[in-house]
Amino acid sequence: MHDHHAPPGFWRRYIFSTDHKVVGIQYGLTALVFLFIGYGLMALMRWQLAYPGQPIPIFGKLLLAVLGPDLADRGIMSPDLYNSFGAMHGTIMVFLAIVPLAVGAFGNYVVPLQIGAPDMAFPRLNMMSYWVYFVGGVIMLVSFFIPGGAAKSGWTSYSPLATIADPVHQIDGQTLWLIGMVFLITSSLLGSINIITTIIQLRARGLGWMRLPFFVWAQLVTAFILLLAFPPLEAAGVLQLCDNLFGSSFFLPTGLVVGGRPLEVSGGGSPLLWQHLFWFLAHPEVYVLILPAMGIVAEVLANNTRKPLFGYKSLVYSAMAIGFISFLVWAHHMYLTGMGTKISTFFQTTTMLISIPSVIILTTLMLTLWGGSIRFNTPMLFALAFLPMFGIGGLTGLPLGFSATDIQLHDTYYVIGHFHYVVAPGTIFALFAGIYYWYPKVTGRLMNDFWGKVHFALSLVFMNLVFMPMFIQGLEGMHRRMYDGGATYAAGPDVAYGLSLGLKLNIGISHAAWLLGLAQVPFIVNFFWSLFRGRKVESDNPWQATTLEWATPTPPPHGNFLEEPVVCRGPYEYGPVGPGRDFVPQHLSESPLEPAPVHVHGREPLTRPQLV
Amino acid sequence: MHAHAASMTIPHTVTPRPDTGLYNARLGIWLFLASEVMLFGALFSSYILLRVGASEWPQRQLSIPLGTLNTLVLILSSISVVMAWLALKHKEFGRFKLWQGATVLLALLFLTVKAFEYHDKFTHYYVQTRDGRSWTGHLEGKPFNLTLARLQAGATPPTEIVFHPDAAGHGRTGGKTDHAEALRLPVSELVKLEAFGPWRNTFYAIYFVLTGLHALHVIGGILVLGYFWGPGSRMWFREPERFTNRIEVAGLYWHFVELVWIFLFPTLYLL
Ligand code: HEM
Ligand SMILES: [Cu+2]
Repeated sequence: MHDHHAPPGFWRRYIFSTDHKVVGIQYGLTALVFLFIGYGLMALMRWQLAYPGQPIPIFGKLLLAVLGPDLADRGIMSPDLYNSFGAMHGTIMVFLAIVPLAVGAFGNYVVPLQIGAPDMAFPRLNMMSYWVYFVGGVIMLVSFFIPGGAAKSGWTSYSPLATIADPVHQIDGQTLWLIGMVFLITSSLLGSINIITTIIQLRARGLGWMRLPFFVWAQLVTAFILLLAFPPLEAAGVLQLCDNLFGSSFFLPTGLVVGGRPLEVSGGGSPLLWQHLFWFLAHPEVYVLILPAMGIVAEVLANNTRKPLFGYKSLVYSAMAIGFISFLVWAHHMYLTGMGTKISTFFQTTTMLISIPSVIILTTLMLTLWGGSIRFNTPMLFALAFLPMFGIGGLTGLPLGFSATDIQLHDTYYVIGHFHYVVAPGTIFALFAGIYYWYPKVTGRLMNDFWGKVHFALSLVFMNLVFMPMFIQGLEGMHRRMYDGGATYAAGPDVAYGLSLGLKLNIGISHAAWLLGLAQVPFIVNFFWSLFRGRKVESDNPWQATTLEWATPTPPPHGNFLEEPVVCRGPYEYGPVGPGRDFVPQHLSESPLEPAPVHVHGREPLTRPQLV
Repeated sequence: MHAHAASMTIPHTVTPRPDTGLYNARLGIWLFLASEVMLFGALFSSYILLRVGASEWPQRQLSIPLGTLNTLVLILSSISVVMAWLALKHKEFGRFKLWQGATVLLALLFLTVKAFEYHDKFTHYYVQTRDGRSWTGHLEGKPFNLTLARLQAGATPPTEIVFHPDAAGHGRTGGKTDHAEALRLPVSELVKLEAFGPWRNTFYAIYFVLTGLHALHVIGGILVLGYFWGPGSRMWFREPERFTNRIEVAGLYWHFVELVWIFLFPTLYLL
């Protein structure tokens, strides 16, 4: 142990590790736990929506025991609790589950491997970024148990509601929400600086920009969005914190009356200012949710169609265009705020513009399938399903993007349907694809394919049963944040205009949502069972893939590569190159069966494998 | 497996990468500063939006002499921070210590002046009485951040306050303030008593947030620069090149902090 090169102890190796792979795994596991918590909150809310005012079976008692009769009298979800769960569902899903999984886990684990780097550029910052995220998550969780409960004003935390929602408590759920967000923002700041620096500085020799796997590009654009879009939310958070704690009026207008009494503040603030600052982050944020998913899907598609991506360069330029335009569309969330029609028109135009690169990416990925010899393994199934699911999500965004049609649809279940199609069967499916795809590199064992397919089929069915009916509800006019699912607003069970159908759908949706949870059991069992019992990989490259992460030992040791990799070709050289061989890894300097090409490192080889 | 892996270390921690011309930390700090620009940019935008939307905006509320003094202090410190780095470039460690120490002292001076300004605001009051009259000025004994509630909370609440209103036309505090004749106001007559904190109006709110956040950045700078002046400077004897890089990176950060103030000063003090 006194050896100079002694392996680091348990704490350094698994808890406070600076190795990007350990940090990535930490991010991944934590984010999966939060995904589960976020789902659980919504599963409980779905009971209240389907059977308003009835005690929640089994869990109702638990809620009563833990949170007390103020919030869960007789096991019935109170309006305050409903609001807390709703706000925290969104917050946890976006900031603590999906982004940490997509960026923290996959970005951290895969990016350095794919660019042939030994680690991230700043390993200690990397470790810090995880722990700051962890603390932010703990603060969010703690807020459920403080007097008054967690934040209640939606994941969007609109002012003035967010400031006056809990007038009784000085330190309320919203305060902890804001403090938690400051931690999460700091964490993503550290992470994005690290990812950008790593990609720019640590690319292996010969890995030119147009030889980067698309996944790396997606992560690069994502990191830039995080870097530049989050600070304004941090600013907004600080301002709202001042409103809540120090009595300032940044977002509180003059003459605000609460509960029949004028609020004792100076006034003069602007509620719209919060919305501008919030959406300046939150629209780009939706591309943070989707770009890494597109990256994963691109990798899995190329690998399992056994042919290069169709139009790699269009993908790259589209991702850049999305990153850029995503900063110019935020106010399409604010058409109905009275900000004025001129401004609406501007943002309507930019919104239509940004759908162009999105469509290019989707089309390009679909065209990649053309003429491929497709392997239908579990990662591929999830990646394939991503395409139509994201397609539905994106297309339903167009009517929202037009200010005229948005008047009817704004703040209804239609919006809920729209963005869930993008993030749930969209992004989450891509993340599943990524988990099944890279699992063997991380663990040395494959996940069971049969149970993977069961997981996929059930998830696909229930996802659609949950979210498709929401479009109908929204078109009927069902508001997105009603405690009883709209029962008190319905004109009557048989009245044509009203929520006659929507209310019935609530019951079906809830059952589908609970079954969707059950459908994850095969995944959870498979995930842990395969750690110990899964089929061992026979090579370091079980999927016969081209990119550099498969050129490392399995699992990759500290420092990743046994010798410095040198890249000699593009990322997706799939296609018949010889008997029984249909791919050429990026680091191979010559294709098998070809005369050794004469070439200079960093340039295209003079002879390229014939691609079909 | 661990034995093999040692062969690869993280490249470009000290020497620049040929095609980008940057070492890692230098790119890192530029990215960090880009995000900082967005942070302060958002706050400045908020300032503009609030001001444009306000029916009236308080002007000249702050002490221009103190603000000018602090501006000079920061300008000097941004010179000394460069001198410290140049000293290292010339391999003169002693001179580096001198300049680096000067930077830290100037930063501390800045904070001290700022603290005085803050203190001034929290001892400057607005009072309003039942009959609708109102004054700004000082309370006898210069109590810190008193409110009506706190005034009445004590064991023996006072029945009246002695108030020194500002002389007409003297809205601002700091420097020498002339006072008109003292007023004796019964506490029962008061409807409002508050210091000039962020609750006073949106000008003070944004003033405290902008300068407070800037002050936090100054404190961060003091910690970093002070560390490299003190215990962190030992690195010079082991890895001089790397240490010089660190000083450069810290200096870039410090210039940014200084630059923010250059925007803050006119925005809050003069306009
Ligand atoms: C590509 C075309 C897209 C268009 C034209 C579009 C348009 C819109 C519009 C106009 C809204 C506001 C609706 C309203 O509140 O009335 C909206 C909401 C939303 N979109 Fe999209 N969107 C697109 C893609 C995406 C993507 C890729 C994601 C995420 C991965 C996403 C996530 C969201 C979310 C989370 C909301 C709801 C925010 C809230 O109010 O809580 N959208 N979308
Ligand atoms: Cu948007």
